[in-house]
Amino acid sequence: MLRYTLRRLLGAIPTLFLVIVLAFLLVHAAPGGPFDDERALPAEIEANIAAAYHLDEPLPLQFLRYLGGVVRGDFGPSYSYRDYTVSELIGRSFPVSLQLGVLAMLLAAVTGVSLGVVAALRQNTALDKIVMGVAMTGISIPVFVIAPLLVLLLAVQLQWLPASWTGSDSGSRLLLPVISLALPQIAYIARLTRASLIEVLSSDFIRTARAQGLGTAAIVRYHALKPAMLPVLSYMGPAVAAVLTGSVVVEEIFGIPGLGQLFVRGSLNRDYTLVLGVVIFYAALIVLLNLIVDLLYGAIDPRIRRR
Amino acid sequence: MKKIRLLSVILVSLAGAALTLNGCSKGGSGDDSSRSGPPALNRALAAEPESLDPQKSRSTQAADVLRDIGEGLVTYTAAGELVPGTAASWEMADDGLTYTFRLREDARWSNGDPVTAADFVFGLQRLVDPATAAFYAAELGNVVNAAAIVAGDKEPGELGVVAADERTLVVSLERPTPYLLSLLTHPSTFPVHRGSVAQHGDAFARPGTLLSNGAYALADWEPGAMIDLQRNTHYWNDAETSIDHVRYHVVTQELAEFNRYRAGELHVTSTVPPENFEQIRADYASELHVAPTLGVYYYGFNLTRPPFADNPELRQALSMAIDRKILVERITGRGEAPAYSWVPPGVDNYEPVQLPYAGLSRQERNAIAQSLYRKAGYSKNKPLRFELRYNTLDTHQKIALAAQAMWREVLGAEATIVNVEFQVLLDQMREREVTQMFRSSWFGDYNDANSFLAIMQSDSAANIPAYSNAEYDELLRSAGEQVDLARRRLYLEEAERVLLADHAVIPLYFYVSKHLVKPEVGGWQDNTLNYHYSQHLSLGAVEGDTRP
Repeated sequence: MLRYTLRRLLGAIPTLFLVIVLAFLLVHAAPGGPFDDERALPAEIEANIAAAYHLDEPLPLQFLRYLGGVVRGDFGPSYSYRDYTVSELIGRSFPVSLQLGVLAMLLAAVTGVSLGVVAALRQNTALDKIVMGVAMTGISIPVFVIAPLLVLLLAVQLQWLPASWTGSDSGSRLLLPVISLALPQIAYIARLTRASLIEVLSSDFIRTARAQGLGTAAIVRYHALKPAMLPVLSYMGPAVAAVLTGSVVVEEIFGIPGLGQLFVRGSLNRDYTLVLGVVIFYAALIVLLNLIVDLLYGAIDPRIRRR
Repeated sequence: MKKIRLLSVILVSLAGAALTLNGCSKGGSGDDSSRSGPPALNRALAAEPESLDPQKSRSTQAADVLRDIGEGLVTYTAAGELVPGTAASWEMADDGLTYTFRLREDARWSNGDPVTAADFVFGLQRLVDPATAAFYAAELGNVVNAAAIVAGDKEPGELGVVAADERTLVVSLERPTPYLLSLLTHPSTFPVHRGSVAQHGDAFARPGTLLSNGAYALADWEPGAMIDLQRNTHYWNDAETSIDHVRYHVVTQELAEFNRYRAGELHVTSTVPPENFEQIRADYASELHVAPTLGVYYYGFNLTRPPFADNPELRQALSMAIDRKILVERITGRGEAPAYSWVPPGVDNYEPVQLPYAGLSRQERNAIAQSLYRKAGYSKNKPLRFELRYNTLDTHQKIALAAQAMWREVLGAEATIVNVEFQVLLDQMREREVTQMFRSSWFGDYNDANSFLAIMQSDSAANIPAYSNAEYDELLRSAGEQVDLARRRLYLEEAERVLLADHAVIPLYFYVSKHLVKPEVGGWQDNTLNYHYSQHLSLGAVEGDTRP
């Protein structure tokens, strides 16, 4: 297990290197530069700024300089937050995205699985249709519609919850963003759970369990739920990575200082170092989460562990 | 089963960790403020300031915050009139080339240190020092040796700004600069506390280390969310400050901003969403503030490429065919004024020159435009085909569509409209290889016609059309030599007349500032600069609602 983990981690290094090379080339290929503006700068000033950020050097040299920094854990200064380094910015915003993401995924997992189980057990009843109908709506309505509606109802009209991150210092500022983030995930997980559980419930070993006289509750709890969770789990890995690294839309709407907002701002401003930093961080996170999911797979399904 | 239990233990501990993080992240931001103690003034910023280092910052948002925490030699009243700031008084020599400023005895940094002339010298040298890489380094261009220092030919120590004694600052100029006082209100000219830069280096402009000489001090900065200011009790005019605590919320979405205002989280918005403007005008009549501002929205021609190079008549035809009244009434609709000049109205010591056809009726204009169009060699059978590029934004698109329709209807010209991302457009405008006509805007850096006219000089970097006319350059150069404001004004007006006659740009409308201001905010005055210092505002009795 330890050797496997180590091998996987070492195997991630070439992947990350490739990500850095590609990302570096892509951001530099985008038209425009980090300091372009409608108020164009006189040539001398432009030269001074380029020199201060080494943007006047040839691209390969810039790449080596950047790579050297990354190896030492230094992602360089941000161009669009001139008083902060990229590492500081990621260090500040990741905890925010992490906190939102974890809460949203927890809410999504618990609610989604419960709804999915209920729907699977009451297959083709009115209850099933209602749950799946709601789930379908949840998937279909984009978050940029749901979130402002929630704000209008709960923050503007009823004034129960803050409309934004900076509208309150208490934990209540988490509620609307977490719900907005979780809704589509709940819908997705509920559908996955339902489909997977129905399939498992019709397999031979469940029939055996029934023949032995076990009740439905016990069958679901002890025999069906675990295998039914496998597709859900493999969906959760990338979903957690996506949610943890910040939902651009939710962060913009609620003014949350998370990674997603940082990334968008970096891209729009051609903040090369900031974009690269977030991309590398994101890539590393996905590698790590995939590994965790694979390890959990082994923990849940003994057949995989034995291979 | 065990594994499932293990999984739930992991999940629960993650949840716990997440909640703990919440506790940590709110710790730094002065969470007492929103509930107990005097209420904070909550203002919105449309974008995150890129820096609160006075010399390194660039955006109007950074300048807004910096005007609260710093102060220049000269400053503005709530109505936008120039008044002494950290300087108590000044004298200009008769030749207009030397200004002597006398600093206030009681000017203090937020740690109690006196603000000295040397702090101003340090700040201004820092501005022109190539190592600082300041965006506004060229603003001081008329100060002795400034341009040479920016170019790296002289040392920052050679700048024509000298501390004659602790409280006397002498600024020497290469040319008369009647707008110097207006320049010295700009945050890039603010003083810097030498000790804190020596101690913290480039990282001095952060909470905990940034010392300020204005009405407020930087208490906290959560990038992407909020900037928190506390009253600076050492400020020389602290007795006049009413509000103790100011929070700038970063709100990039106009609709989200409006919702936050409605939810009571903001006292002042940075703008008003265009989609809901009519409704807002009806529902929030007493809270809505719309005022003219020093900014022009224009279409520029690429004067280096066909079909517009060397073709002023064709340019004039396209300019005349646009009915600006329709644009401002039907599309922008927020009180913008149609533009028939390059310099906006409301600039000090200046009366903008009008395009010759400004007074003509719609039919008369169209008739002239059509004859010019034919004279340029185009007709129904041989229509002009060109491309208009603009950056992706709803309003820009609507205006482009309207202009396209007007050109087709009046002239029969076929414009293709192309939207690209802002940075891509900037790149293309600069390269001048694919652009034929483009959308842009210009906002005055200081309240003077020169701030608009200077960018169209042949050697100006911001001259995107690549306009070049020796007569224009000469007029502006002559204007720069005048000490007498009335004479200078004549040169500037003549220059604008030349620029407009050449039709290098199509000015479309002049921007307005738009704010929603809660009734409990006192002291708000609309002004063309759109500067609203927190120190001039007050908070009345807050109606019942306090946020959780």
